[in-house]
Amino acid sequence: MKKITNSFKMALPSKSINESFSRVVCAAFVSLADPTVEEISDIKTAVSEAVTNCIVHAYEEKNGIIYISADLFDDNTVRIKIRDKGVGIPDIPKALTPLFTTAGDDRSGLGFTVMESFTDKLTVKSVPEKGTTVTLVKKLHRK
Amino acid sequence: MPVLIKSLNKEFTAFLSGEIDHHSAPRIREKIDSHLNREKPERLILDFSGVSFMDSSGVGLVMGRYKNALQLNCSTCVCGLRERDLRIMKMSGLEKLVEFR
Ligand SMILES: Nc1ncnc2c1ncn2[C@@H]1O[C@H](COP(=O)(O)OP(=O)(O)O)[C@@H](O)[C@H]1O
Ligand SMILES: [Mg+2]
Repeated sequence: MKKITNSFKMALPSKSINESFSRVVCAAFVSLADPTVEEISDIKTAVSEAVTNCIVHAYEEKNGIIYISADLFDDNTVRIKIRDKGVGIPDIPKALTPLFTTAGDDRSGLGFTVMESFTDKLTVKSVPEKGTTVTLVKKLHRK
Repeated sequence: MPVLIKSLNKEFTAFLSGEIDHHSAPRIREKIDSHLNREKPERLILDFSGVSFMDSSGVGLVMGRYKNALQLNCSTCVCGLRERDLRIMKMSGLEKLVEFR
């Protein structure tokens, strides 16, 4: 069994200014495991996608709280959970399809595709009207 | 200023800089679109050399500008993308519509 060596939790309002704040916080946390510059960028991009989805889709640009928690393990993997209490996703496989989007206006429908390609594992759990939890797992290789 | 604009002989270059995400994209979009509509250029160049971070909002930004430019018979070209950002752009299939160099 792998052990958790470090962790943090935070909750923040669904304001778009917090997209950069949350990806920087997660990058700083992951940095403690001495990853490569490339791996830090991967984490920033994936977290940015998940947090943006909470703001744009879950809370539809209205007020809500985004919950982020992260754990580092002794095998140098990181697990980041991004959770909202928003509208939820009725059809997860469909939402994960590249280019699928329910919001027009300059959304590319690539958020989940990007999260998948920049991490090792993406898990999405969602209950309509209750909310969504996105879990990102990535193995870090010491530089 | 997230975007600087240079206009020369029907060619319009937008120099993007800093971080492109859902928070910063609307201001960049508005600036480029108002210039497009006013100047009616024949060629739009989006220069990403100064961009230090982007997520899929950058793809949406390029897609949207490509569509608007097309309406005005203006072609779109994207340059200065870092390797990883080019990788994100290509997930959309945009390279079939927009010139990347
Ligand atoms: N946290 C969320 N809450 C509700 N719906 C979501 C959430 N995240 C994603 N979705 C749904 O999944 C779709 C695809 O998301 P994504 O791949 O990030 O593309 P985009 O954000 O560009 O639409 C969204 O359009 C939305 O319908
Ligand atoms: Mg998204």
